[in-house]
Amino acid sequence: MDLVTPDLGLLFWTGLVFCLLLFVLTKFAWKPILKMVNEREQKISEALDLAEKTKAEMQAMQSENEALLKEARAQRDSMLKDAKNVSDKMIEEAKEKAKSEAQKIVNSAKDSINSEKLQAMNELKTHVAGLSLEIAEKIIRTELSTDDKQKALAEKMADDINMN
Amino acid sequence: MNSIRYFLIIFSFISFPLISFASGDKNPEKEFNVSEMIMHHVKDAHEWHLWGGELNGVSIYLPVILYDNEVKVFSSENFYHGEHIVAADHKTHQPISYLKGKGEATGYGMFHEKIYKLEKNQLNFEDGHVHGNIQPIDLSITKNVTSLFIGAIIILILILSMARFYKSNGAVAPKGIAKFIEPLVVVIRDDIAKENIGHGKHHKYVPYLLTIFFFIWFNNLLGLIPIFPGGANLTGNITITFFLALCTLILTLFSSNKNYWKHIFATPGVPVALMPIMIPIEIVGIFTKPFALTIRLFANITGGHIIILALISIIFINKNIAWGALSVPMALFISCLEMLVAVLQAYLFALLSALFIGAAVEEAHH
Repeated sequence: MDLVTPDLGLLFWTGLVFCLLLFVLTKFAWKPILKMVNEREQKISEALDLAEKTKAEMQAMQSENEALLKEARAQRDSMLKDAKNVSDKMIEEAKEKAKSEAQKIVNSAKDSINSEKLQAMNELKTHVAGLSLEIAEKIIRTELSTDDKQKALAEKMADDINMN
Repeated sequence: MNSIRYFLIIFSFISFPLISFASGDKNPEKEFNVSEMIMHHVKDAHEWHLWGGELNGVSIYLPVILYDNEVKVFSSENFYHGEHIVAADHKTHQPISYLKGKGEATGYGMFHEKIYKLEKNQLNFEDGHVHGNIQPIDLSITKNVTSLFIGAIIILILILSMARFYKSNGAVAPKGIAKFIEPLVVVIRDDIAKENIGHGKHHKYVPYLLTIFFFIWFNNLLGLIPIFPGGANLTGNITITFFLALCTLILTLFSSNKNYWKHIFATPGVPVALMPIMIPIEIVGIFTKPFALTIRLFANITGGHIIILALISIIFINKNIAWGALSVPMALFISCLEMLVAVLQAYLFALLSALFIGAAVEEAHH
């Protein structure tokens, strides 16, 4: 029976020891330990939050960078296009100018050639006319050197007239 | 490699009772009495028996503190090495032996580890019980009290060294002893206190639950060590379990709110006609909960001690060492089981305490 009967002396010592233990551990162990554990948990969760935030920021930055890159690319492309346009235009203009210049030169050359030609032709004409006169004179002189010949000519001319 | 070492440590703890009981409780003259040996072990004593028999035994004689009009302090050796008296029972006329104190213990007698004042220089017995002798208040440092001190010192050293780690290192990842204790602290805080008492209200109860858990667990384990400084059946003593349950009861009642009492005296949803039945049931219910705590821990730990001792006793009943082949593996198995029970009962005690406190601080549901 005394196995299940509480004993006063043991109850006294248990009460004393347990209460002391509870007091000392609470004051010097559990409270500081729980405080530290809480603090660390908070630190960890804060660090995790920060990591998450940094990750999001990084992502945002990356997408921003990408957008920036894209924009830069587009800008470069448009700049290249513009430059090409400008250069094309310049080339075109230069070509046009060159062409018109060339045309001008060709035209003036043609003009001078023409005028030279005309002059030469005129000169040639006068020369040929002179020569022809000379030849005709000579021929006529030969033709009309004898009477026979004069006669024959006259006849022939007469024939021509008759036939008409 | 480590697991083998742990196994050897555990095994050496478990195999010690063989040695201690083999020499300790063998009495060549008397027939080996199993129940007497077991009861002697699971009960408190004023000495801490180390080894040896009645004649050549070695014991630590613990101080006896008596309050009998004045405080008297002396060694229990005055009883154990005092006179062995054999008296006759007044009713059954059977012979009963008790110890009569000598020296400073003169005038006192000890029967079944209880100290009585002698009347006419003797103890009187009726039906196997002491009759007519006054019991002075006995505040002796008994075996259980010594074990209580040792357990408390071990807990203090471990837990305070953990606290010191945090103090000197700040809120960093735990190392050493802190690494071992911290998960338990977190489990008790989160899974026991926060879960059962309710978020926000659990903070002030966590230190109590932690103290209860470690107190029960370490003392359970200390009780499983068969040699000094272990082996006392402290947490299997009804006084200890009664006191711990009383603490939980007091804490529950002091933290109870209006809703808790409303549930007892005006249980919602119960017709008024049933109140005369319900109210007494609910009031009894307040006390059955800690009573269950008391009995659960007491029965589990005492039962464990009794089973191990009974299994070892097989060898001595049969007086043949070959029976060790049967009893040692079985005792080993039960010892391992008891190590689980040690932590399980500590966990359960803390869990149920938290549950009762949680019921007392719970707000009304809407």
